[in-house]
Amino acid sequence: MIAMEHYIILSTLLFAIGMYGVIIRKNLLMLFFATEIMLNAVNVALAAISNYYGDLTGQMFAFFIVAIAASEVAIGLGLLIIWFKRHGSIDLDTLKSMKG
Amino acid sequence: MIELIAFYTFAFLTIASFMVVVTSKNALYSMSALASGMILISGLFFLLNADFLGVVQLIVYTGAVIALYAFAMIFFDTTKDIKESKSSKMIFLLSAFSSILLVLIMTMPMASGEVSALYPVHQGVGNAQDVGMVLFTKYLIPFEVAAVMLLVAMIGGIIMAGKKMDANINEMKEELEK
Amino acid sequence: METLLYVALFAPLVGSLFAGIYGASPKTLLTGIVTSALIFTSFVASLLLFLHLYSGGERVHVEMMDWIMAGDLNVPFGFVVDQVSVTMMLVVTLVSTVVHIYSMGYMEKDKGFNRFFSYLSAFVFSMMVLVMSDNFLGLFIGWEGVGLCSWLLIGFWYHKESATWAANEAFIMNRIADLGMLIGIFLIYWNIGSLQYDVVFANISNLDITIVTWIGIFLFIGAMGKSAQFPLHTWLADAMEGPTPVSALIHAATMVTAGVYLVIRANELFFLIPDVGYFIASLGAFVAMFAATMALVNRDIKRVIAYSTLSQLGYMFVAAGLGAYWIALFHLVTHAFFKALLFLGAGNVMHAMDDELNIMKMGGMRKVMLGTAVLMLIASVALAGIYPFAGFFSKDKILEVAFDGHHYILWGTLWITAGLTAFYSFRVVMLVFFGSERYKDFGFHPHEAHSYMLWAMAPLAVLAIVAGLFEHQFFDFVHMVLPHYEFSEHTHHMVGQLIIVTTAIAVTGIAIAVFSNMFREGLFSSAFRNNFLYKLFDNQYYIPKIYDEVFSKPYKELSEVFWKQIDMKIVDATVDGIANTLYATGEETRGMQSGNLSYMLRWMVAGLLVLLVSAVAYTYSDVLLTLLQGVAK
Repeated sequence: MIAMEHYIILSTLLFAIGMYGVIIRKNLLMLFFATEIMLNAVNVALAAISNYYGDLTGQMFAFFIVAIAASEVAIGLGLLIIWFKRHGSIDLDTLKSMKG
Repeated sequence: MIELIAFYTFAFLTIASFMVVVTSKNALYSMSALASGMILISGLFFLLNADFLGVVQLIVYTGAVIALYAFAMIFFDTTKDIKESKSSKMIFLLSAFSSILLVLIMTMPMASGEVSALYPVHQGVGNAQDVGMVLFTKYLIPFEVAAVMLLVAMIGGIIMAGKKMDANINEMKEELEK
Repeated sequence: METLLYVALFAPLVGSLFAGIYGASPKTLLTGIVTSALIFTSFVASLLLFLHLYSGGERVHVEMMDWIMAGDLNVPFGFVVDQVSVTMMLVVTLVSTVVHIYSMGYMEKDKGFNRFFSYLSAFVFSMMVLVMSDNFLGLFIGWEGVGLCSWLLIGFWYHKESATWAANEAFIMNRIADLGMLIGIFLIYWNIGSLQYDVVFANISNLDITIVTWIGIFLFIGAMGKSAQFPLHTWLADAMEGPTPVSALIHAATMVTAGVYLVIRANELFFLIPDVGYFIASLGAFVAMFAATMALVNRDIKRVIAYSTLSQLGYMFVAAGLGAYWIALFHLVTHAFFKALLFLGAGNVMHAMDDELNIMKMGGMRKVMLGTAVLMLIASVALAGIYPFAGFFSKDKILEVAFDGHHYILWGTLWITAGLTAFYSFRVVMLVFFGSERYKDFGFHPHEAHSYMLWAMAPLAVLAIVAGLFEHQFFDFVHMVLPHYEFSEHTHHMVGQLIIVTTAIAVTGIAIAVFSNMFREGLFSSAFRNNFLYKLFDNQYYIPKIYDEVFSKPYKELSEVFWKQIDMKIVDATVDGIANTLYATGEETRGMQSGNLSYMLRWMVAGLLVLLVSAVAYTYSDVLLTLLQGVAK
């Protein structure tokens, strides 16, 4: 039996990888990928906790996260396509219509 | 023992694939690595006795989401090189430090130990059946709302992506500049 | 009787408010007439109160309402009309009525006509509060009220730098003295627990004599400021910047005598501390002489009279200090009449000479303004103390008091001062009304004042002549509340000689002024002008200069230091620092808001990190605290 901590640490590592991706990538598509990674990392933690406490609530939340991720991808990609059509680029640095 | 081996295999492979996702310069590689990572995560779910979640993971993520990405990439000029910022020390420290903190926070409930199951797993019942029971009794309204949300997202995605499908990029730019 | 009291007190206030309504509107004679009528009403009410008391009536004491009720402190708005206050009320309202009527002529061409009457009536109201209050706090309110009105009226022509300066000087000098007075009042409350005159004076003899001495000293400091005694005297001469009716009313007849009134009012207190009384008398004698010498050489008609006022106030303080309170009050009354007359006469002269004040530029003016000349002559004779004019009786009594107490130095000082007084008052009269007509050289065309102005002055002239004759009646009247002053047998025998000696020096002074060619024409030889004493007198003993050097200039320098070092470098720097910090922070963090999503995401992560850290710190705060304590050990 693998201790729950293992899953939690794995989940944290995956989340950190996702966050790292969010921070450094400039490609908008990559940002989406990184977001997916973070969502999956959380799902792993939820599933692990659900298993070790014998509670289904964790899995329920994981389901809803999957649903939200799917919607996010659909909408996000739609927006991304529009953006690309207008500007011909999905570089984050070009997304600067507001000047600070 | 086999469980241990399986866990570590899945774990290292997942980490490796996701590392590829965030570091690779080629979007296609990234996407492929992402797909593999998703599949590997579903393996973790099976290990955790969350069979139904594992299946959903395979169908929704690997089947639908990745496919969506793949189709979306048709629209983009993926060969175009996007200049990535150099990974600085600060960013690395930020991520490392926040992960450590997250571990701390995640392990906090275990330290307290007093956690009781709200919807306990029933012994001798399959996971899919169990999930179905809870989902359609306790979480019915969130489930329906999620369904509507998915519908809305689908329609929104179609409209946004399908709008002026035939239009040339350059024409749109001109239009915008007017 | 209570109604009369309220009428006497509030009629001037009504007048002031009425004129105040028209303050900003163009000149209207209505304000002058209404205020004059109301002051006259007040005078009539005072007169009726006086008759009531004179015919043996009870004193009138009313408590209008509760004023301060805080803990043990209970100060009602109470007013009392007894023999002393009714005397003051009569003098104040009479002189005020005259001055109000006179001012209608004097101020006729002034733009601030309505404003002037508003201030003047407000002054009368404050003065009435001062004299009628039945407690020290009410007196103090009146005290401050007259101070305020004095400030307003000295600075009436506020567009003149010198006028505003003089107004501020008077106000600040009085503030210094008022602090002393306040401390005195606090001490009274501290030790007695009440501020009502009745209670205070009933219990004052039970107090430790040291405390009483301190109370006396502090109250007298207040009196010194208001009555312009040395060393707080400089403001009075400078206060002559105000319109002349103001000088007549405030700076001769009424307000400056408030200090004397205070000493008379608190006679039961000062009776217990003869040492302080002797100090008051000595200071009074000194000021009498000191001011008279300055008056000898001054060439400004109003300043001469102002110094004369100062000198006469000194006389009053001698009498009050030596315990002859009724004589002090008597001199106060007679002085009010002839000094107001003198000032109003001077006002006529000024008016005639287009506000020229230098008496060297006048001369021989009796030919054009005979009425004024006669009135001023009467006032001067009264001031000089020639029988049977008012000044003779009161001033002589003061000299007798000084002689009687075996204070021969005081007597000698006052005796010489009597000669000086006679001399300088006639010097002014001679230079202005007699001699060659020097004004022609300067191109002036003097003219007599309105006849109603002269008629308004007439009552004062009559009183300046006859007031002294009522000495015994006055004594009988006020000695019901004021202690009787017994002359010794020895003095009683000497009275005849004393009167002769005093009159002799006064006549000598007049004779010198009238017959000496040098003084008559004001033609001093240059040797005389360079005389040390002349210079000393002419420069007012260099006291304004000394004050300037010792107080004003160091104060100014100190202020500059504070301004540049403390205000600019600390206070302003702090304020600017806060602003600059914010500005710099904004400038520095502007990069955060570059609009670049990538940067925003990074900041978002940083924010998340901060939140995580604080969440952990909060959850483990007990552990962290124990850890820190362990480290500290």
